[in-house]
Amino acid sequence: MKKNSKAVRYNKWGYIFLLPFIIVYVVFQLIPMVTTIYNSFFENYMSGLNQIGPNFVGLENYKKLFTDGDIWIYAKNTLLMWIMCFIPQIIFSLLLGAWFSDVRLKLKGSRFFKTVIYLPNLIMASAFSMLFFTLFSDGGPINSLLMQIGFIDTPYKFLSHAGSARGLISLMNCLMWFGNTTILLMAGMMGIDTSLFEAAEVDGATSTQVFFKITLPLLRPILVYVMITSLIGGLQLFDVPQILTNGTGDPMQSTMTLIMFLNKHLYSKNYGMAGALSVVLFIITAILSLIVFKITGNDKRKG
Amino acid sequence: MENNNQTNSKGIGIHARRVIAYAVLCIITFFCLFWFYVLFINATRSNGELQSGFTLAPSTHLIENWKNLLAGTLPVWNGMLNSLIVAALSATLCVYFSTMTAYAIHAYDFKAKRFIYPFILMIMMIPTQVTALGFVQLITKMKLMDSFIPLIVPSIAAPVTFFYMKQYMESSLPLSLIEAARIDGSGEFRTFNSIVLPLMKPAIAVQAIFTFVSSWNNYFVPALILHDDKKKTLPILIAQLRAADWLKFDMGQVYVMIAFSIFPVIIVYLILSKHIVQGVALGSVKG
Repeated sequence: MKKNSKAVRYNKWGYIFLLPFIIVYVVFQLIPMVTTIYNSFFENYMSGLNQIGPNFVGLENYKKLFTDGDIWIYAKNTLLMWIMCFIPQIIFSLLLGAWFSDVRLKLKGSRFFKTVIYLPNLIMASAFSMLFFTLFSDGGPINSLLMQIGFIDTPYKFLSHAGSARGLISLMNCLMWFGNTTILLMAGMMGIDTSLFEAAEVDGATSTQVFFKITLPLLRPILVYVMITSLIGGLQLFDVPQILTNGTGDPMQSTMTLIMFLNKHLYSKNYGMAGALSVVLFIITAILSLIVFKITGNDKRKG
Repeated sequence: MENNNQTNSKGIGIHARRVIAYAVLCIITFFCLFWFYVLFINATRSNGELQSGFTLAPSTHLIENWKNLLAGTLPVWNGMLNSLIVAALSATLCVYFSTMTAYAIHAYDFKAKRFIYPFILMIMMIPTQVTALGFVQLITKMKLMDSFIPLIVPSIAAPVTFFYMKQYMESSLPLSLIEAARIDGSGEFRTFNSIVLPLMKPAIAVQAIFTFVSSWNNYFVPALILHDDKKKTLPILIAQLRAADWLKFDMGQVYVMIAFSIFPVIIVYLILSKHIVQGVALGSVKG
């Protein structure tokens, strides 16, 4: 009895230690979340110098958001650039992971390569895209390099073609994130029971067979985790296209992402539409998070 | 059994595979480092040299470009100082309070724990962008626009850092140690500060770096909060550089400015790379 009350006395400290987190979370995330949702039901914007609203309009903002058409273009752009970034990223990550975890291959310098491929992840995205903007500008170093080696005669306008502008954004994101993915997948591959590989070797399996029949199936939970977290990150694509195109999403709205759209509404103080867009993005992210939560929840019981 | 032939050919193939692997790794390394090398080279060249084409050899104008940049209109020193203040304070608050939160969940048994822990894990993935509207309105109401507080204080509630700390505690913070401290008469708060924190040092170091870097690189929220030129952080200045009519700029200065935002992080990273790379694998929840 006495021991029990002592435990209760200690456990009150659990609440005390949780307090800073909870207060800050409620003030700076929960309240903004609630007001964001609240705003999405009001007409509230500037028309010239006149403030319109706030008037309650129900779901009108959502209707406008989806029938306006622009959101579909931006959603397509965002998804397209994510896919163009994710596919090469996962291929290279799997390849590198398989090579470094292959005991027969005995590759040296794993630490060096890990250090190098993770490096771009820590670079300021805005500075990195400013760098790409100057390097790939019409009179920039890449164009002069390509002209010096005789690959092209006149400068290629990288930022005036939808394909190359999207390609550059995807390339930057791929460079920034594939190191992270590789390290995660490598950790997953190292965790696979080595006796499985030994058994496969005894049975005379080729390394391609080992990869597709053993490594890949066992890695599936981590792959799904990597894919969904990457998709959540991909939906937040902002810094790189914003700086690269100076917020315009040029050429022809082809690089405008959903968060850039949100940013535009925030700057023009169209709070109703910004709210509706935020709620839509929140719902998508919440669904994706729940999937991640399910996957990692199953994993955690082991650890 | 019919694969016996392949077993032999595999023995020959291993060298070829090794060559291919090294070749691909070299190409990837090239692609990761090339941009930064060009950045370094270009930062050392004068505007005239930059207009004349591409080279791989550095020139001698680094100091000159740097002096011109400082003499220009962009408040670069201020930007760096602001970024440093915001990032350092965010990192400090974030690791201290995330460790505290993790400790609360790890070491104590209380009723609300059963739903708070899953709740924190659920909100882990929610991006700050989707609450930005409410956040800006709240900050306006609190009269904290153009202040660093809205960029620093929210880092106290960082679910990702919390999760990492919690994982680390599970593997290396035995509860018996806390029991022992209690028997010796140490108060709960003192136990946390003088026993738990020192034991968590490796995890704290890794997370401090991550939080520092992500705050240093953050652009979306600071751009919404900071409008006063004296308060702007580096990413906002970069965006400003991009928005200006950049052709009239001395390109040497533009490259120095970019180098100035990127290279401090690279240097710190190279010094601490061993811990950082291990940290990524350990945490495995970085968006």
